[in-house]
Amino acid sequence: MRVVVCVKHVPDIQSARSFRPDGLLARGGEDDTLNELDEDALEAGLRLVEAHPPAGGAPPHDVTVLTVGPAAAVDALRRGLAMGATTAVHVADEAVAGSDALATARVLAAAVRHLHAQEPVDVVVAGMAGLDGLTSLVPAALAAELDWPQLTLVDRVDVADGPDGRTVSVRRETSADVEELTAPAPVVLSVTDQAFRARFPAFKGILAARKAPVTVLDLAALGVDGASVGLDGSTTRVLEAAPRPQRPGRVVVTDTADTDAVVRDLADYLAAKGFA
Amino acid sequence: MDVLVLLDHHPAREGSAPRSTAAELLTLARELAGDPGAVHAAWVGDDGHGAAAELAAAHGADHLHLVHVEGADDRLTASVTDALRAVLAAHPAPLVLLASTFEGKEAAARLAVQERGGVVTDATTVEVADGRVVAGKAVLAGSWATRCAVTGELAVVTVKPHALRAAPVARPSQPQRHEHRVEASAAARAVTVVSRAPRPTSDRPSLAEAEVVVVGGRGTNGDFAPLEELADVLGGAVGATRVATDEGWIGHEAQVGQTGVTISPRLYVGAGVSGAVHHRGGMDASVTVVAVNEDADAPIFEFADYGVVGDLTEVVPALSAELRRRRSS
Ligand SMILES: Cc1cc2nc3c(=O)[nH]c(=O)nc-3n(C[C@H](O)[C@H](O)[C@H](O)COP(=O)(O)OP(=O)(O)OC[C@H]3O[C@@H](n4cnc5c(N)ncnc54)[C@H](O)[C@@H]3O)c2cc1C
Ligand SMILES: Nc1ncnc2c1ncn2[C@@H]1O[C@H](COP(=O)(O)O)[C@@H](O)[C@H]1O
Repeated sequence: MRVVVCVKHVPDIQSARSFRPDGLLARGGEDDTLNELDEDALEAGLRLVEAHPPAGGAPPHDVTVLTVGPAAAVDALRRGLAMGATTAVHVADEAVAGSDALATARVLAAAVRHLHAQEPVDVVVAGMAGLDGLTSLVPAALAAELDWPQLTLVDRVDVADGPDGRTVSVRRETSADVEELTAPAPVVLSVTDQAFRARFPAFKGILAARKAPVTVLDLAALGVDGASVGLDGSTTRVLEAAPRPQRPGRVVVTDTADTDAVVRDLADYLAAKGFA
Repeated sequence: MDVLVLLDHHPAREGSAPRSTAAELLTLARELAGDPGAVHAAWVGDDGHGAAAELAAAHGADHLHLVHVEGADDRLTASVTDALRAVLAAHPAPLVLLASTFEGKEAAARLAVQERGGVVTDATTVEVADGRVVAGKAVLAGSWATRCAVTGELAVVTVKPHALRAAPVARPSQPQRHEHRVEASAAARAVTVVSRAPRPTSDRPSLAEAEVVVVGGRGTNGDFAPLEELADVLGGAVGATRVATDEGWIGHEAQVGQTGVTISPRLYVGAGVSGAVHHRGGMDASVTVVAVNEDADAPIFEFADYGVVGDLTEVVPALSAELRRRRSS
């Protein structure tokens, strides 16, 4: 079985994040990390292969961590290797810089196709969102690019082999329903942050990950035209980005002794806003 | 400019019912379309057509597209996208509006990939400037405001609930009715729905659509009763932080934040909520933010319009009582 997990290197969400004058998110800070939600995606991938040890004589499973990003993004791959991924692939190319979600999905799709041609991929797993742009667009866009079935925001996943090939089954909660879905492999999954609480890498894993090889691919290796990605290949553009001013006229009152008075003032405030 | 709106709906006992965001999107579309632009409303699915027609007429839509999907489950995102593509093929429009839910964003992503468009998610404003669609949105957990232009051939924008007030038109329109039968794509057909069960619903409004949301965090210590009471007085929904859902004090569907439901109600009341960045990212678009927290240094006070430093077990019940008292007098 081959699982590819898409992982992104993002600015630490607890740090002071900002935009550059050209409208792109400032990246490459010391605190940039593996997107936490992608740890859950990797956890889901690892559990999937661990649940199905290869039969005697069969080749070992492969869990590939894949990232598209600048040189520093290799840290996200090393973190993935430390957690237990077996292979790491880094798509790095100057022309990728400034790609929006859809352009990123285009590059990821080309990389997945490249890997699939080398050794068939059964499942691609993504996180539910990148904690930077928080668009949640990439998994569905990637599935559409590949024209593979999408099974998104799942909290349970399994695979089974049948006479017609491999089937992936999932459980998911939509805004209205709880669903169980199946689709033939290969598929694109995304996982929620509910069910796959990620493991901590063991010390041994961290050491090994430092020395593990990382395959670096550029756009030419993937057959992607540089003009179709990056800033120019993106179909959205940030025109303006500015820190939001604090909410004006903020009030903080302290309830020391007279709760009734505090609550009366608050009720007046709500009434003035039309809520009481 | 012609605008296509996906009418989001949910299954209900009496047939599928539109979500409140559908009326908001139609209002926005009417504004953007101007005259002689046409508003196209799309409803995917085989029931609820009466409600769809009523909604479309009340908000001045010019066309109502009722789409039947053949060969795949019509609630799958891939099917919804197939449906939108069929409507666009018959009635091209440069702008498609959807609700900013997880499902809406996925459909937006697929549609934009397949039609070479561009997507902006979580928009709170949409305008046309220099012939391009420009959407405004808050990012980085609400700390930055951005304006994004769509440069692709098709603009697909998902809009946050309550970004604007739905306004029925003075005289209802008579939308032209179009029925479409769409062959589902291979990616939609490949997915089998093995089971589907409705999630338990409460009598309160749904979290994403509610005008008022009362949120409880670790500070509730597991007792949500005072928050439920306040929500009921205000006609609102009850939400929670991830700490509260992880503790099992309330169902996961109540989680508000970056990885839970994104909310933008007219009034957010947070009680025993610290205002962590993961939480803030999912609620900072709320119009008015009220916080009750016993720690004056809690980060939520940095972005609350009205903060009360105090014990929620005293302040919240007293507030409910005060609001009730005013109502009855
Ligand atoms: C990948 C990831 C995703 C996450 N996604 C989300 C998300 O979507 N939504 C989310 O909410 N969190 C999310 N979190 C968790 C988030 O980081 C915070 O841990 C969480 O929001 C804190 O919840 P809280 O405010 O209830 O608890 P705390 O931070 O512990 O705050 C409790 C507050 O209650 C106050 N308090 C205590 N007792 C009282 C009392 N009697 N009266 C008044 N005040 C009182 C305290 O002063 C304190 O400020 C995520 C975390 C990760 C790592
Ligand atoms: N540059 C990237 N490289 C690898 N995976 C990515 C990248 N961007 C997004 N993803 C994946 O897509 C998911 C959703 O991201 P987003 O659509 O950006 O919110 C993430 O959790 C990742 O799994």
